[in-house]
Amino acid sequence: MGTFFIIASLVLLAVILLQIGKITEIAGKLRGEEDMQMRSNAFHARLGVVFMVGFLVFTIVSFMYYKNSMLGYGPHTAASEHGVWIDNIFNVTMVVTGIVFFITHILLFWFAYKYRERTGHQATFYPHNNALEMIWMGIPAVVMTFLVIGGLSVWNRTMSDIPDGMKVGEDYIEIEATGLQWQWILRHPGDDGVLGERYYKNITGLNPLGQLWEDERNLDDIHPSELVLPVGTPVRVRIIARDVLHNFYLPHFRVKMDAVPGLPTYFVFTPTTTTEEYRQRLRDYPEWQQPDANDETKQRWETFEYELACAELCGRGHFSMKRIVRIVEPEEYVAWLAEQKSYYSTTIKGTEEDTAKGVLSEAGM
Amino acid sequence: MASIDIIREEELHDGHDEHHHHDDHHDDHHGDKYQSNFITTYIFSTDHKMIAKQFLITGMFWAIIGALMSLVFRLQLGFPEENMAWLKPILGKWITVTDGVGTLDPEFYYALVTMHGTILVFFVLTAGLSGTFSNLLIPLQIGARDMASGFLNMLSYWFFFLAGAVMFASLFLSTGPFAGGWTAYPPLSALPQAMSGSGAGMTLWSVSLVFFVVSVLLGGMNYITTVLNLRTKGMTMWRLPLTIWAFLVTAILGLLSFPVLVSAIFLLIFDRSMGTSFFLSEIFIQGQALENVGGSPILYQHLFWFLGHPEVYIIIVPAFGIVSEVMSVHARKPIFGYKAMVLSILAIAILAFIVWAHHMFMSGVNPFIANIFVLFTLIIAVPSAVKVFNWIATLWGGNIRFNTAMLFSIGFVSLFISGGLTGIFLGNSAIDIQLHDTYFVVAHFHIVMGIAAFFGMYAGVYHWFPRMYGRFMNETLGKIHFWGTIIGAYAIFWPMHYMGMAGVPRRYYRFDNFEAFSHFTAMNQFITVAAIIVFSLQVLMVINFFYSIFYGKKQTELNPYNANTLEWTVPIGAGHGNWPGAIPHVHRWAYDYSKGGRNIHQTEPLSPGEQDMGNDHH
Repeated sequence: MGTFFIIASLVLLAVILLQIGKITEIAGKLRGEEDMQMRSNAFHARLGVVFMVGFLVFTIVSFMYYKNSMLGYGPHTAASEHGVWIDNIFNVTMVVTGIVFFITHILLFWFAYKYRERTGHQATFYPHNNALEMIWMGIPAVVMTFLVIGGLSVWNRTMSDIPDGMKVGEDYIEIEATGLQWQWILRHPGDDGVLGERYYKNITGLNPLGQLWEDERNLDDIHPSELVLPVGTPVRVRIIARDVLHNFYLPHFRVKMDAVPGLPTYFVFTPTTTTEEYRQRLRDYPEWQQPDANDETKQRWETFEYELACAELCGRGHFSMKRIVRIVEPEEYVAWLAEQKSYYSTTIKGTEEDTAKGVLSEAGM
Repeated sequence: MASIDIIREEELHDGHDEHHHHDDHHDDHHGDKYQSNFITTYIFSTDHKMIAKQFLITGMFWAIIGALMSLVFRLQLGFPEENMAWLKPILGKWITVTDGVGTLDPEFYYALVTMHGTILVFFVLTAGLSGTFSNLLIPLQIGARDMASGFLNMLSYWFFFLAGAVMFASLFLSTGPFAGGWTAYPPLSALPQAMSGSGAGMTLWSVSLVFFVVSVLLGGMNYITTVLNLRTKGMTMWRLPLTIWAFLVTAILGLLSFPVLVSAIFLLIFDRSMGTSFFLSEIFIQGQALENVGGSPILYQHLFWFLGHPEVYIIIVPAFGIVSEVMSVHARKPIFGYKAMVLSILAIAILAFIVWAHHMFMSGVNPFIANIFVLFTLIIAVPSAVKVFNWIATLWGGNIRFNTAMLFSIGFVSLFISGGLTGIFLGNSAIDIQLHDTYFVVAHFHIVMGIAAFFGMYAGVYHWFPRMYGRFMNETLGKIHFWGTIIGAYAIFWPMHYMGMAGVPRRYYRFDNFEAFSHFTAMNQFITVAAIIVFSLQVLMVINFFYSIFYGKKQTELNPYNANTLEWTVPIGAGHGNWPGAIPHVHRWAYDYSKGGRNIHQTEPLSPGEQDMGNDHH
């Protein structure tokens, strides 16, 4: 770090020294000011064109270089149904804005060069042209209309809740993610497919979600350490915050929603690619064929996992709220679910906090 | 009589004989009874020209502080494993040294990010930009001796100073400055249990911003009143230079939106210290369930962004005005489509008030409302496109002088295009699902309102430096500053788009916890190095600035750029009251450049049968 600072200081010093030289140079030439001015104009006008060409080339080259980070390309394709729609509208927007970016930059620096000040040259008095202005107001308006319509149709499809008539636990899965400083607690509904009630004042060290054990639906709820979901089934995630704002963020699935204390939110999505399929997809890319940092015997694609992150600043541990997400075949999911023990049975049952006894006997369990 | 330089009644009773008498026989001297000694001239000055310099230099101070903070957190992001022990003498306990290796405390990392945002948005790009140039140019370009109220104008600066002093003090708290992001979302900002910076740090942050809003409101009222009431004879609204239109609209935006921020801050203060529940509900923190129920954190976000979105236009609109003016002067051409430029500023300003929730697409608001906010947000692209094409058309057919001010104006247009286009992605809520709170957003707003606004400010500083100090800044240093900054700024922020597309979230202390976010080590190092180089170039600019105040090339001609506006009719080094004699009258719009082969100053009467572009309607 010390060397780094020294390098930075040297750069600064060099620039200053260079300039002191230039100042004296200019002072010497003050007499021929107009000539100097014209030369300077020509120089900087050309430099503008060089900059423009360099910038546009750099844009293209860096696009190619980072194409695997782009939405919808190669290893960065979405793993959810609506994610593909988002990637598409993203790419349409990229093409449209890319064209505008190139045209306007070429015109900007080309005109600046072409109309640089020269001795004996005069500027044109051309204050306005209504027809021209209508054209360049109209074109963006039309293009924006299409982008708005396209974007909103994706948005409204993506954000719509589970349709009426679909049954929880059968047609879709409802799970819950609770953000707290600084981790996610996940909850699966267990066999009954339904999440039990909770109340924040019931939260204790043993009962981190404040589940009401009088509510039978809580008794089979699972607190898994990984978010495991079957491929192809819609998932409705209830998103809850226990202390401050968090954000339930699944980058590979294009899922993002704030967790708000006192205001449960949700996101519905359908995973379309299992973890294994995604790994197979990554296998073709050289950057994924590197040895894994934690396990030298494997390549990176072999150890790839989907991830859950937090995307809303929530305090000093914000950057570390990770959970592994595994998308599996439906049979695998059933098997996994069968292995899981309910949080009640492993942690609560028989403790002082166990308020479920009465309910259980009444229900004849 | 000798001492009455700036009695406003002169203007208000413009036809009155006796007052005209005063006006015409104005004594040519520096200072008056209001500016008679050092303190009243340089500290508690009521002269708008001096207040402009105070805003500018205070803004520069804050820019350096804010930029240094960004360098520290860039070092963390680029070189997280490096030893930071060398920073311990400055940062003290926020560097923990274990086995000789110094580590930046994550909480202080967030404090740096938060302070960088707050300082740059409010103190530098609001006060330093609009405060400086509204003060300098409004009276000079409309033909007024000073602001409508010189006293309130002075207060405006000193409330800004007070806000800065309070914020500066918060940096030295043992619990640290506020660290919950410049947007200060509750509950994080409301609960000291949630973050140590949310204790005294947040209290001082709130107090500082309330003082700051007082400053903005005092300034804004003055700017609006002055533009509407103190224009010289003949200066109709359609003859105003675009700078003045921009400052007027900026002031109106500030006046209507900043009070809403104060209301949000007051409610937050109530929640913090009086047990109310405006923003708090069902919170369990630090082993304790709070009693607050029924509040909504999203309410705060609505209030905040009702200021926050207009705020970004408060930052960029003055730059629109400055760039339009500078470009027209140095291209030697009228600004293309003057009225379209005015109307597009007005359209952007109106839209500014009905797009705030596009910052909140993923915050848990009803997804339906995104339909409205996406529509209005993307409509902003239309007036913005008109401005860009009109700037390009202004260059067409010009006779362009490539001085530093002009280079920064051209650079501004490039940045405004690059950063504006990425706004089309983010404003579209569907795409925002993936890009929200990623580095794509960081790249977008830094280019379009951070760097671009800085370029507008630099264009203004280089262009009007002789108007402020009677000398020129060094052009060679200026041009190096320009080329280095535009290349360096793109080098910093362009790569961030790729990180954002890959999904890397902003406000992460380090990226290596996640496989998905950890691919960009080399890029982060590159960005950090670029940031250090760009910072050193800004230091060069500051050196050039202060050096030139004392040793710069002297301004010898009254109107060095052969410009048409009134500020260049004021004598070099004029004292309070600006014009020693009568205020000149105006007969035409500000942009008769190269008309019939010559530049016609605003003060020159129309020749018989000549059409004034400022008054006819096509």
